[in-house]
Amino acid sequence: MTSPQTDPANRQGPSLATDLAGLAMPSPVMTAAGCGGRELAPYADLDALGALVTRTVTLDARAGSPPPRLTEAPSGLVSHVGLQNPGLQAFLTTDLPWFAQRRVRTVVSIAAASLGEYGELARRLSTAPGVSAVEVHLSVPDAFQTGKVVHVVRRDLPRGTPVLAKLAPGGDVVDQARAAAANGADAVVLAQGWPALTIDPDTLRPFLGAGAGLLTGPAVHALALRQVWDVHEALPDLAVVGAGGIGTGDQALAMLAAGASAVQLGSVLLRDPAAAVRVTAELADALTRHHLASVSDAVGLAHRTTHA
Amino acid sequence: MSETGAGTGATTGPVQVTGEVLSVKRAGAYHHLTMVAAGVAERFRPGSFVTVAVGGAESTRTLRRGLAVHRVRPTGAYGGTVECVFEADEPGRAWLAAAPAGTPLEVLGPLGRPFALPKEPVTCVLVGHGCASAPLFSLAERLRERSCVVHMVLGAASEARLFGTLEARRATRSVVVTTDDGSVGVRGGVVPVLPELLTRTSADVVYAAGPADVLHGAAAAAEQHGAWSQTLLDAPDGCGTGLCQGCVLPAVGEDGVTRMVRACVEGPVLRGDRVRWDDLGRVPSDARGAS
Repeated sequence: MTSPQTDPANRQGPSLATDLAGLAMPSPVMTAAGCGGRELAPYADLDALGALVTRTVTLDARAGSPPPRLTEAPSGLVSHVGLQNPGLQAFLTTDLPWFAQRRVRTVVSIAAASLGEYGELARRLSTAPGVSAVEVHLSVPDAFQTGKVVHVVRRDLPRGTPVLAKLAPGGDVVDQARAAAANGADAVVLAQGWPALTIDPDTLRPFLGAGAGLLTGPAVHALALRQVWDVHEALPDLAVVGAGGIGTGDQALAMLAAGASAVQLGSVLLRDPAAAVRVTAELADALTRHHLASVSDAVGLAHRTTHA
Repeated sequence: MSETGAGTGATTGPVQVTGEVLSVKRAGAYHHLTMVAAGVAERFRPGSFVTVAVGGAESTRTLRRGLAVHRVRPTGAYGGTVECVFEADEPGRAWLAAAPAGTPLEVLGPLGRPFALPKEPVTCVLVGHGCASAPLFSLAERLRERSCVVHMVLGAASEARLFGTLEARRATRSVVVTTDDGSVGVRGGVVPVLPELLTRTSADVVYAAGPADVLHGAAAAAEQHGAWSQTLLDAPDGCGTGLCQGCVLPAVGEDGVTRMVRACVEGPVLRGDRVRWDDLGRVPSDARGAS
């Protein structure tokens, strides 16, 4: 029998429970697209994550970019993987049921080359069991395009399936966020990364097989914070998911304070596949240290002029 | 030391542990690292590898470094130890080479698909180049336990870059040593000596470890002779878990379809006849999903 003293529900401590646009999560700590998958299962309980965002799925299989696909940059990582994935059908028959069986809250990341493909992805995911939410991987940093893509995805998904718009690198994020929200996005995800390049010192040619890539990792944490701050400032009612160089509970809390309702871990999972467990525990400690009773108490705190 | 893994009682699959450096010694042009890493040694099979986070706890180096495992000792004064031989060819490995005894080390392993071992007591030729040959010694031990006859070919650019020639003489029926500059053994590479050796020994299996041209040459020589080949790719940097999809190469599956497979998960040991050696560094146009 559980005594009142040992029951976790009665223990004094902050609540990590998070409502992300209707998706109930036990914690605001998620994995970012391409950085979470079955590969993490030996190192961390995936069902303890706020949610797992899948590797980005396209309608047809993609072989991805030629190697090398990633390289270290100062305090970061420049990468261009090229969305290698087995295609929607293989995803629906292998990965998705695997996640569903383990009760992993699964956010399916999708990308497409045309509105028609985005619509078909949404239609086929609308009837697939085990889809907690859909994250739209946007590649054109343009408000009008963003709005059109979000519109077709939203139209073909059930009302209860949240749509997250992961905004494209570059462009004005507030305009894009506004367009996404106006077309039915339940939240925006910031950021994918920043356009970047590394040069091979021996050949003096771009190091990556694809040429250029995106910078992610600790180097972009302050840049991502700024984007989350800007969007929350302009659109305080829109849920934002913050991603960019988060590797500690304090950095996760900073993202919440800047206006994020939840956070995604990316490159830190390459260095430490159990990082989500650690960051979640550190976040709970950080909330306690700041006398915050819940995650929602921290969201947007940095924008308030007076402290409680 | 802390340990997390797939069930504490399990003895298969990888573990993530905070281990520590026991020693780093020079071995010719290379560094021989012995680390304490609980749980890795017990689960190790020849050909599997580890990745380590470099630069210490405050480091912002984002990618782990892959290290092939030379050998393991599951029990000893310090608990399970893992030995790796590597070259300090970039800043991450240079940090590791200079790490003093007692340095905490974040270790993942053992990772990837190990060498497939024959069920019958067959004749095996093990071919290694430079310090890539280090994992072949624990393989030789397992093969001899299975009553296999083991021959070895070890090569390098020069004498200082050979690894394990003394140990090879103890561990195998015969050893051929080659150097590019002829400073010791046969002048030239390891591949040219294979056809004669495979014929003379009636080899059934070729195990190869080294750079891509050596693996390609060994796989081709094996095929020519009618032997199986198992090729060990360099332990990949990145994550080691399969997440980052950085270590891909084109390989032909059982169904005849080419896919971009990950050296860290589908490898690092692959059947030599499955790898599209001429297409390394590219995405072939007939690879599944290629545009």
